[in-house]
Amino acid sequence: MLTDAFAEAFHLIVSGSDALTEIMALSIQVSLSALLASVLLGLPIGTALAISQFSGKRIAITIVNALMGLPPVVVGLVVYLMLSRSGPLGVLELLYTPTAMVIAQVALITPIIAAMTHQVMSDLHDEYKDLFKSLGIGTGRAVPAYIWDARYSLSTTVLAGFGRAISEVGAVMIVGGNIDHLTRVMTTAIALETSRGELAMALALGIVLLMLALIANAVATWIQGFAQRNAYV
Amino acid sequence: MHSVTRMSNEIRIGIEAGIIQSNQSSHRSKIAVRQLSLSLGGVPLLRDINLDIRGNGITMVLGANGAGKSLLLKCLHGLLKPQGGEIKIDGSPHFETRQQQAMVFQRPVLMRRSVLANVTFAAPENTDSREIADLLNRVHLAEIANVPARLLSGGEQQRLALARALITKPSILFLDEPTASLDPASALIIERLIQDTSLTGVRILFITHDINQAKRLGQDVIFMHRGEITEHTDKNKFFTNAESREAIAYLSGELIL
Repeated sequence: MLTDAFAEAFHLIVSGSDALTEIMALSIQVSLSALLASVLLGLPIGTALAISQFSGKRIAITIVNALMGLPPVVVGLVVYLMLSRSGPLGVLELLYTPTAMVIAQVALITPIIAAMTHQVMSDLHDEYKDLFKSLGIGTGRAVPAYIWDARYSLSTTVLAGFGRAISEVGAVMIVGGNIDHLTRVMTTAIALETSRGELAMALALGIVLLMLALIANAVATWIQGFAQRNAYV
Repeated sequence: MHSVTRMSNEIRIGIEAGIIQSNQSSHRSKIAVRQLSLSLGGVPLLRDINLDIRGNGITMVLGANGAGKSLLLKCLHGLLKPQGGEIKIDGSPHFETRQQQAMVFQRPVLMRRSVLANVTFAAPENTDSREIADLLNRVHLAEIANVPARLLSGGEQQRLALARALITKPSILFLDEPTASLDPASALIIERLIQDTSLTGVRILFITHDINQAKRLGQDVIFMHRGEITEHTDKNKFFTNAESREAIAYLSGELIL
């Protein structure tokens, strides 16, 4: 039975099943959108935490680090309460839409991007700060220089964020509702198909998900290797 | 050695109450330090530093490890904020004149970029690319301009750090043991660059533990011990007739603590 399921799963992938393609496309679209928003939010937050001096900086770093470990279902619940009809953002009518799933993923991966950016930028700032001060480089020139010189490390941070987003299930299940043709993504579909005993579809989606994770990790490894060979990290 | 001799002929060093004077008044870059003190974590590291340096040339800064040499240069350059005292460059507070200063650190801090990009980053706006190319030629790095900077050898890295400092066209250059741990050939290239730079009117303060190097390059010597300047005098006088007990001990190779 398991062999049959695997065979059917590979057939679904190779034949380019419409249902599979639709779910994959939505998953990637939601996760890339969330990733973009998280990078736009997390990169400045992490950089500011690394190079700015302000009161409460330690507390802010501790909070960002703690948010990295947020349970997805709790994030899903909070976003659900915010977006539900009686919630503060209920008027936007975003619940059970891909946008709600993006919001939930942003809440999950922004702290990861911010915390990892903070770590990368802190190391670079420790290394460069005397040099920049010596050269009279102000913040306006320093920040782009930090981002550029940390580009390889930040790339792996972004890929880690993507990996987290695409494989997340709890939050998107709560705020997306796993509605067919609307909010069904790979992870929620796997959960559903498994519970329904449709192992072929669940396995096909699982294989695709694993391949995406593998590709993301391979790219990250290649970037790290290239950067290390050129002493860019 | 030619450069040093020529420099010695050009510049008259007069030392009166710690004041070094140059007859090239048009290139005068005065460093005036009054009652400078620095403590870190409650530990006094620099104490009552008074210093006057005028004109161009090379001032060697000597002293045992922990004497406060690097801290002094970092204070002069504005990288450390002293608790007390005053530092003036050409009569202005030193932090207002940082654009006129550059520093090369003992361990060169190279950006994660190519050799060329490191120099270009430090260059003032509107710097001609030919000027950068010419400078890279002078430091013998033109042929590896596109190589990642952190893949260079120790000597090449230090030459790049020097080139990056020079592209800012400083009038004062602080050098913190730029030849430490370099082989003699690499050290010689850097020494020649420093001598040439000095001849262009740049005042150089150069920390070293190499007494022969201090004899070769310096015009005057600052000797530090336990956060204080115990002697600031003409090079010849220092090496033939040092006055402070600590300097005498240092020159004779005794371990001074």
